[in-house]
Amino acid sequence: MGRSIPAMSRLIRMDSTGHTTLAEWTAHDAEAIERAVTAFREQLDRGYFGMVSRGEGHAEQVRELPVDADLVIMRLPISGG
Amino acid sequence: MAAEASAALPEVAEVYWRPRVTPARLKRRERIWTLYTLAHLIPFIGTAALLMLVEPLAFAVAAICLVHAWIIPALYAQRGANVLLLRLARPGHEEAERVSVGLLGDLVSHDARDLHARTGLVTERGTLGTWVVGPAGAVLVRHRGRRSDCWCVRVADPDMPSGDRIAHLLLALRADEAGFATVANLAFSGATWRVRRRTKRAARPALDVAAKALR
Repeated sequence: MGRSIPAMSRLIRMDSTGHTTLAEWTAHDAEAIERAVTAFREQLDRGYFGMVSRGEGHAEQVRELPVDADLVIMRLPISGG
Repeated sequence: MAAEASAALPEVAEVYWRPRVTPARLKRRERIWTLYTLAHLIPFIGTAALLMLVEPLAFAVAAICLVHAWIIPALYAQRGANVLLLRLARPGHEEAERVSVGLLGDLVSHDARDLHARTGLVTERGTLGTWVVGPAGAVLVRHRGRRSDCWCVRVADPDMPSGDRIAHLLLALRADEAGFATVANLAFSGATWRVRRRTKRAARPALDVAAKALR
């Protein structure tokens, strides 16, 4: 019987390098999740917003780290140019 | 752990004096832009016609009036087209640009990736119309592709590569389309052909794809 490998989720921040990976976790790794939650909150404190892509055409802003998401993207605020 | 999601863009709170964009409000703003354009055209064309009737020898002055009637709306259309200007990768930052385009590619369809490779822009179907999103703003193509509303939007980091800029705008647009249009500044609203003519040649296929999607 084969064992499935838990999917790795990522928290990334869009920045001047293209993007930076801030944390990676799996659903069964409580310590990694805690580190990701801390990293997520630090980014919120720095003024970033958390975004999760929900398939093509849909995205959602999140205020807490969605542990079940494959990819959480931190973005900066936008404004009229 | 339950994640708390928010429907409205938080940036909307920064422009509290602006009414939230709705289809009806957008239509009204489009009509105002049309009237504004006519307000520039009619006096100059009328003056030119009157001059030619009263004194045909004043054709030079009449011609100047006609040039004004042409150039003022053209300048506005140019301002609109500028929202689709592409940014060249800064020297030494090509890798960041490549990485940012890779992330953007993860967010869009195969067709959109292909379009971005050709034009540097991506299209996104919304409820208000079809958006053409670039690093400095977005054009909302509406009314079966005949009208374009050009919106200036920026990200608060001058060093960010263009792929990330587009991804910022795309994610915000997908999260709250009306909020995105409320935050953005409307630089121009008018005929798509006027915007297209003043857009860089490489970017024109993106406008064509957006218009075609509405037919």
